Amino acid sequence: MTLEGQAVVIDQDNVDTDVMYPGQFIGILDDDEMAKHLFEGLDPSLRDQLVGETILVAGANFGTGSSRENVPAAMRAAGIRCVVAKSFARIFQRNCINLGLPAIPCPQAVAAARPGAHVSIEVESGTVHVDGRAFQAAALPPFMVELLNEGGLAPWIRNRRVGSGRRA
Amino acid sequence: MGRTLAEKILLAHADADEIAPGDFVMVRCDVVMANDLGGPHAARELVKMGVDRVFDPSKVVIVADHLMPAKDIRAAELLKALKEWCDRQGVTYYDQGRGGIEHTVLVEEGWVVPGSMIVGADSHSCTYGALGAFGTGMGATDIAGAMALGSFWQIVPGTIVVEFAGVKGAFVTGKDLILALIAEIGVAGATSMALEFAGDGAAALTIDERLAVSNMAVEAGADTGIFPADDVTAAYLDGRTDRPWQAERTDDDAEVAAHVRIDLAALPPLIALPHSPGNVVPVSDAVGRKIDQVYIGNCANGTMTDLRQAAEILRGRSVHRDCRAIIVPASQKIYRQALAEGLLDAFVEAGCIVMTPTCGACLGGHSGIIAGGESAITTTNRNFKGRMGSNEAFVHLANAWVAAAAAVAGEIVHPADVIGAVAA
Repeated sequence: MTLEGQAVVIDQDNVDTDVMYPGQFIGILDDDEMAKHLFEGLDPSLRDQLVGETILVAGANFGTGSSRENVPAAMRAAGIRCVVAKSFARIFQRNCINLGLPAIPCPQAVAAARPGAHVSIEVESGTVHVDGRAFQAAALPPFMVELLNEGGLAPWIRNRRVGSGRRA
Repeated sequence: MGRTLAEKILLAHADADEIAPGDFVMVRCDVVMANDLGGPHAARELVKMGVDRVFDPSKVVIVADHLMPAKDIRAAELLKALKEWCDRQGVTYYDQGRGGIEHTVLVEEGWVVPGSMIVGADSHSCTYGALGAFGTGMGATDIAGAMALGSFWQIVPGTIVVEFAGVKGAFVTGKDLILALIAEIGVAGATSMALEFAGDGAAALTIDERLAVSNMAVEAGADTGIFPADDVTAAYLDGRTDRPWQAERTDDDAEVAAHVRIDLAALPPLIALPHSPGNVVPVSDAVGRKIDQVYIGNCANGTMTDLRQAAEILRGRSVHRDCRAIIVPASQKIYRQALAEGLLDAFVEAGCIVMTPTCGACLGGHSGIIAGGESAITTTNRNFKGRMGSNEAFVHLANAWVAAAAAVAGEIVHPADVIGAVAA
């Protein structure tokens, strides 16, 4: 799976999920509605940069804090195809993968990416291209790649016909 | 090679003969928990998964706490639909007036025993480590997967052993121990790690204090934060649960990723300044900061221990005229016990309001939101920008002694300067 788009850059470490999606909007269940509040506490003008296919480029420990899945759900609905960060907080990275949104730790690519740069990610190999320059991320475990290829955990389970709660 | 406690719990719940840090495993859960935010979201994901029934209704528990009592029509509709879903699925539901804050309720009601594997749709599910369980937080889709399969995917974490050494002093609580650790290792210092709390200082902690410590393991990035079960754990569980359990401990020859020592005798009461739980200084370095609202409660520090400490400060005194104080007992049981002990009367007499158990203002949801330019001191676990309301507000984290003292003074103050010295 190869994803590409224009870089939208959040040049900060330890960006938490509260600032990316404040608690006052947390009861919203519709993804498109969530996308209207993405980055509300961080920098609402970031939403204006989410035009077409975009790659979010972020700092270290990205997505720290609350397990609220609103954040990757809103990112997906807003056209973000992949998140490349220096490193991720565990729950946020899980949530991204489970929603079929690749979350790739690659500090070298982050250092190279300026806003608007063309970024492409080859998920299986972990190769990230920034304006043509190649950077190698540690490859994701095969199961994560499998989840991403099938569109996330919900389709992965559906594809295995779990039906009544047990594997068929 | 021996194994760590976290590895033993994972291995007992995984289809593997051997595991090592970094391994990918599918892990069976003993309990799957969701609240009134993750619950409705997970129910929706289950439909997408094509799953009609949860894997085992006796192992799924739902708690209304984040939106409860319903703050608006949307919340009311979600709570209504959630109760109907729970009834259809036959899972346990702690409705309004029946439970309280999720992690406190699961611990109180005997869902959590040493060695168990508990996943929750809330990042503070690491709280269950206080009783020797591997509790870990995740998002709604993960929880839906666990409800469908009875298992979840996991990368085996390494273990950081945190040795609390010595005897802590007056006005120093579990909150200060975990803040000291986060200050030491950083807010991402335990990413891909399990914390294990050890040492004579850990063994001396009560369950309430252990809950405060384990609760904030995720604030250092950890998967979980575990106290090995001991006599304190056994005494707490006696009569509370009929789930079988046995105490396990890390083998002497187990390989651990790091060892961190916190000297309790040298530890003063601490405070995390805005806007990070890792921005920690001694209370004495923050004295004089004006405080507009005090919040004592939440899944970290809304226990009887916390309420008794707060009452010791507030009984017979008044909340400063320029300050507001909110007390939130973490469960219905704690609420009743505090009522029986006369604590709630002391709080109300002092000018506090006493809220029903709820997550409410802790996450900036409702019931105590703060305005731009205001400062709060809270016993909660997060002080991110905008966490409790306005993006222009300031949140400080501290223990219940310190928070209650600030309510009286209207500014940050050392509790000894309000009530004099007390025995540790």
